[in-house]
Amino acid sequence: MAGIQWVNILISVGFLVAMGLALTLLLVIAEKKILNYGDCEIDINGGKKKLTVRGGSSLLSTLSDNSIFIPSACGGRGTCSYCKVAVSAGGGILGPIERPSLTDDEIARGVRLSCQVKVRSDVAISIPDEIFSVRRFRATVVHKKPLTHDILELRLRLVEPPVIDFTAGQYIQLESREYRGREAVNRAYSMSSIPSDTGHVELIIRRVPEGICTTWIFDILQEGEEVSLSGPYGEFRLTDIPAPAIFIAGGSGMAPIWAMLRKMRESKDPRPAWYFFGALTQRDLFFVEELRKLEGELGNFTFIPALSNEPPDTPWEGERGLITDVVRRRVPDLANREAYLCGSPGMIDACVRTLVELGVAREHIYFDKFA
Amino acid sequence: MEQVTSSFVLSILLIFASAAFTDNILLARFLGMCSVIGVSNRVNTSLGLGAAVIFVTVVTTAMNFAVYHYLLVPLGLEYLRLITFIVMIAAVTQLIEMIIERLSEGLYYSLGIFLPLITVNCAILGLSLFMLNKPYGFIQTLAFGAGGGFGWFLAIVLISGIREKIDEKRLPPGLAGPGITLIIIGIMALAFVGFSGMIKI
Repeated sequence: MAGIQWVNILISVGFLVAMGLALTLLLVIAEKKILNYGDCEIDINGGKKKLTVRGGSSLLSTLSDNSIFIPSACGGRGTCSYCKVAVSAGGGILGPIERPSLTDDEIARGVRLSCQVKVRSDVAISIPDEIFSVRRFRATVVHKKPLTHDILELRLRLVEPPVIDFTAGQYIQLESREYRGREAVNRAYSMSSIPSDTGHVELIIRRVPEGICTTWIFDILQEGEEVSLSGPYGEFRLTDIPAPAIFIAGGSGMAPIWAMLRKMRESKDPRPAWYFFGALTQRDLFFVEELRKLEGELGNFTFIPALSNEPPDTPWEGERGLITDVVRRRVPDLANREAYLCGSPGMIDACVRTLVELGVAREHIYFDKFA
Repeated sequence: MEQVTSSFVLSILLIFASAAFTDNILLARFLGMCSVIGVSNRVNTSLGLGAAVIFVTVVTTAMNFAVYHYLLVPLGLEYLRLITFIVMIAAVTQLIEMIIERLSEGLYYSLGIFLPLITVNCAILGLSLFMLNKPYGFIQTLAFGAGGGFGWFLAIVLISGIREKIDEKRLPPGLAGPGITLIIIGIMALAFVGFSGMIKI
């Protein structure tokens, strides 16, 4: 009796193991055989660059394996819609995951989410030339300096490659590491450092409650530690014409503006400039002294901090109220004004509406929207 | 001889109809609910998911029929049918997904992307287990699988049609989404009770 039971147990265990192994083997072989697309050629910008790659992976990861870094923040899940690339041939059918991220105009131009396009055959794509200059850097943390209760300045020293070539207003993508069960992510941060400081990158970062990357930066990352980043990305930059410039940004949105203003000081840029710094209360302001100093150094620069939530009984003598109201009151009425905005989509949309009402040409409003 | 053939065809049709209507896997057995609640908000996606389910039920009931009768029964391992069927279904759907992806991108986007959802759909497993309770041969089992899948297809398409209409109406916030879907499924299940007893197999 006992013997029969043992035989039964052995047969059933053996059967399950054999079945599991057989099916696993079948799937592994099938993946090798069925999903093998062989070598494919990626043609970038009409023959400017040609890559021969193994097919089967997403266009985004295939390109980054070949040191071409398309911006991406969601890890290839098709949700951040940063990784848009115009695919002129071999992109296949537009998938249902991409559809909501693309406008009709983009679809007509063949724009796709490169994380959702699988390289199955020869592909032809076009990407902005700036992407070619995007590099992946290793850097060490020089300091984490608190600027307010929830904003800090992160200064990084580049290790490999040791220098970065960028324009004030551009951004990088910082790669967080895995911690406490949260996955590694890529997040975009504008550089607040001056381009002439080629060996360093400075970022201004606000803590996002429950944010995967900012929690890592604030709580886990230590000074001296090594991090990875890629960049520079983005087309947010000062124009070459010395038109009067209106800057509007609050909180960590100051980063690209801070770089632009210091760049203007460095190159003795003569354009008149106004900077509207929107914050909730006095404790949310930072760099005020430096900006005041800049008013003297730049010659034609006005710094206007505006508090929207400051209690009425405090000794604050600056502007109060919503940033759009302050802009409406204080914006100079000059010809050819240009505006540079950085912040949340809500703040940008409201400010663009106000500026257009005030007569600023829509095509002269440049902005960098937080995703 | 002719008599025998026509009665066989009739039995196939009856098995299909009973699996689709009187014994509707979703509305009479309440299996495969999670993907119905999740995916039934658009008719288009429901059509794709439903078609994928029909396809997979036919293939997996056939596979599991063979595995049960030619492997499990001879080895005396009938009691392992549950775990065997789960693993078989998971492997087969993955394999089908790969084949579809390779064969046709259009088919992949209309059908293939739903296959991972189906891997863990209990309606598929349910059909494979229920088929063992019936004295069916291989052809009849195919009809049973196809009928079960078709019944699920019919149910999710009908539900999504109603949900698309309801989306335009104002609902109490607490009822929106899964809440109203469950109510719709309940009312539809009552309607399907009308079919019960119509076909006796």
